[in-house]
Amino acid sequence: MIFNKLSRRFLVVVTGLVSMFSMSAARAEYELNMTQGVTPISQDIYSLHMLVFWICVVIGVVVFGAMAWSILHHRKSKGAVAANFHESTTIEIVWTVVPLLILIGIAIPATGTLLDLEDAKTNADITLQVTGIQWKWKYTYVDEDVSFISSLAQSSRDVMSDPTGNENYLLEVDEPVVLPINKKIRFLFHSSDVIHAWWVPELAVKQDSVPGFINDSWATIEEPGIYRGQCAELCGKDHGFMPIVVNAVSEAEYEQWLVSKKEEAAAAAASAEQEWSMKDLLARGETVYQANCSACHGPTGAGIPGAFPAMTGSPLVLGDAAGHIDVVVNGKAGTAMAAFKGQLNDVDLAAVVTYERNALGNSVGDMVQPSAIKNAR
Amino acid sequence: MYTETTHDAAHGEHHDHGPAKGLMRWVTTTNHKDIGTLYLWLAFIMLLYGGSMAMIIRLELFQPGLQWVEPHFFNQMTTMHGLVMVFGAIMPAFVGLANWLVPIMIGAPDMALPRMNNWSFWILPFAFTMLASTTFMEGGAPAFGWTFYAPLSTTFAPDTTDFFIFAVHLMGISSVMGAINIIATILNMRAPGMTLMKMPLFVWTWLITAYLLIAVMPVLAGAVTMMLTDRHFGTSFFDAAGGGDPVMFQHVFWFFGHPEVYIMILPAFGVISAIIPTFARKPLFGYSSMVYATASIAILSFMVWAHHMFTVGMPVAGELYFMYATILISVPTGVKVFNWVTTMWKGSMTFETPMLWALGFIVMFTIGGFSGLMLGVAPVDTQYHDTYFVVAHFHYVLVTGALYSIIAAFYYWVPKWTGHMYDEKLGKIHFWWSTIAVNVLFFPQHFVGLAGMPRRIPDYSLQFAEFNAISSIGGFAFGLAQVFFLYIVIKTIRGGEKATAQVWEGATGLEFEQLPSPPPYHSFTEAPPVR
Repeated sequence: MIFNKLSRRFLVVVTGLVSMFSMSAARAEYELNMTQGVTPISQDIYSLHMLVFWICVVIGVVVFGAMAWSILHHRKSKGAVAANFHESTTIEIVWTVVPLLILIGIAIPATGTLLDLEDAKTNADITLQVTGIQWKWKYTYVDEDVSFISSLAQSSRDVMSDPTGNENYLLEVDEPVVLPINKKIRFLFHSSDVIHAWWVPELAVKQDSVPGFINDSWATIEEPGIYRGQCAELCGKDHGFMPIVVNAVSEAEYEQWLVSKKEEAAAAAASAEQEWSMKDLLARGETVYQANCSACHGPTGAGIPGAFPAMTGSPLVLGDAAGHIDVVVNGKAGTAMAAFKGQLNDVDLAAVVTYERNALGNSVGDMVQPSAIKNAR
Repeated sequence: MYTETTHDAAHGEHHDHGPAKGLMRWVTTTNHKDIGTLYLWLAFIMLLYGGSMAMIIRLELFQPGLQWVEPHFFNQMTTMHGLVMVFGAIMPAFVGLANWLVPIMIGAPDMALPRMNNWSFWILPFAFTMLASTTFMEGGAPAFGWTFYAPLSTTFAPDTTDFFIFAVHLMGISSVMGAINIIATILNMRAPGMTLMKMPLFVWTWLITAYLLIAVMPVLAGAVTMMLTDRHFGTSFFDAAGGGDPVMFQHVFWFFGHPEVYIMILPAFGVISAIIPTFARKPLFGYSSMVYATASIAILSFMVWAHHMFTVGMPVAGELYFMYATILISVPTGVKVFNWVTTMWKGSMTFETPMLWALGFIVMFTIGGFSGLMLGVAPVDTQYHDTYFVVAHFHYVLVTGALYSIIAAFYYWVPKWTGHMYDEKLGKIHFWWSTIAVNVLFFPQHFVGLAGMPRRIPDYSLQFAEFNAISSIGGFAFGLAQVFFLYIVIKTIRGGEKATAQVWEGATGLEFEQLPSPPPYHSFTEAPPVR
């Protein structure tokens, strides 16, 4: 009885494994198997993955097959009498050397792919600097003076209690990173706080962004499209909520996009020169607060006791505006409080400080203008 | 070597006094059997505690969206689940088995250092109480993963992290003392004639494991001490702004962490090497090659740590070296599996419960080994790293590997320990229930991992929903099966069919050949004859 179940179990495991993977190999279904991706490296990695997988399947069939045969035939209930052999140097040498040869067969193509993968420094057309920030990504086009922050889209934040039917739930951002196809893109990774990892499966790029160090990687995207990924290194509370969206477009579209981004930046700089009204500051401040501050300090300013301080009634917030601005702009060394001067512009910073002082249960009554932020930088 | 004369001179003829009565028996005991029992019970309680946190994780992941817990609490659950299972369940269970079995396998009256043995156990309940208490403190339990990478665990961690640091120190002290004791016992207290190459493989694997423990637990202690001084005393070991390096933390951690995973699997190899020959009624194939393979795995385990770090930005030469060294481990591990299968070949097998768990171990540990080989291939690890593929891999080797061997060991030796046979029918139900559930639980995690689901996330996009739901159902079923196991354990202790001295028809070794079931409170007060 037991034996029948046992052998059936082996069959299920082995045939299930084989059929599931061979199906997906034929149809390249993303849901069951690794993506083949859209870069030369991602395709090499996929082939290597399938090679090692099939080697494992063959070894599995041999080992589990021998085991199943033995369980079938060499059982006491069938009158099997135990043999007494218990060593053979020859056979030990064989099953040491044969696996060694198989490993060499894996190591040779793996070495080639790894050397390609690590060749980020030569002949890059575009350099994109990626900064991990709790819990969003900052992209800086090093040669173009274009820089922006990309965080989880509001459409995902709104439906967390029931995301049914929300396409690309948790894989959508407010501002995707745009890259041209058929260009060698060199990514430079670093972090402003803890370790994150930038991962887009279709690009076969997964690299840690480490505070104080710069890592690199590269990709040449061969097909236009939208490619989604996520942070892959536990980076605190909202690790699961900092997606990546890459929009790969033709070179012409990419150039056009760069122009529009530069125009946007110029407009933002102009708005920082004017005086803002309390109403406008509060309205903008709420948006900025919810996108950048609420993850730690809470949507209502309550914080998380013992981990992140509350905004409501905070002596720092209720005190002198200059001290408040200093912490927001320059951060607080030795704590999780980031320096926001590199993340937000003058208007956003002025708005969020004003908001914190006059909302979330606080009512200091004063206003902070963008010019005050400019002076504090 | 063991000498009976000195022992006799000290204690006279009154050797067979039983245990003290009441609770103080367990607090003050220096008896290896009592301490082994204490370790095993602690491990079981921790298994249920760590398992209940796994249930919370699977509950939240049952469907997309945030239904049950907040992300911050979810991170506390994954962290504490890992810490409790590694340091609280698997490691103490193997130390418990060593306490019970090593003396009666080598013909020794007790462990070499019985008072230290008591101390090394009694540290642990306090360490785990302290660690668990952080869950109820302001700031919450550790939420930075059981690997506690800096700076998330230093600059960015709540104050409760200091309790975690102290608890890890205590666990380390306990482990090192336990390891010293095991080495001292094995090297000094073997019965005359029990040469090293006659020792059961369980004793061999534990001897090697104990050296691993002594080598790497101080490294872990160093890592948490550097964390402590970074947090409070102005050092910058892991802070680049002060000249340190967060990646160095990972090198230090994994220099401990990789041998640690072999600490959790080598004794399992010893258990399986005892059970397979008994139920195949045939001696273990390739005993000496098993010993050498174990030693090779242990040595290699010190030289592969950075394969956990292929994405941190290492020089390419480093990545190549760590890839080659890592995939090389599959050779001695393969030798072990081949030896077990060959032991079964042309045997006369029966399939009592311990054998079923051992066979389950071989099949599913091998599946975990295959995914391990895949993960070792550095360029492909770019896609696997920190995904559910890794989660599936290490649960196949730790749950269906280490835990399965511990359960197999329980069924195999519990008739010897208690003198009662367990209920064979219930044991078989426990095996099939667990084995089906555990595969429903972990096999789909390979697929979601390959499809792109990162690990340690409280919520996921809709494409991963089906497999996560399946996985959660398997998880609940597996959890329930271990509550059923608790019932079997209690039932066996309270009574059952009388076990013979040999217990199993094919059992060999001093504990089965020279001792009744259960053995007297003090066994082998005179050295047994060794063939």
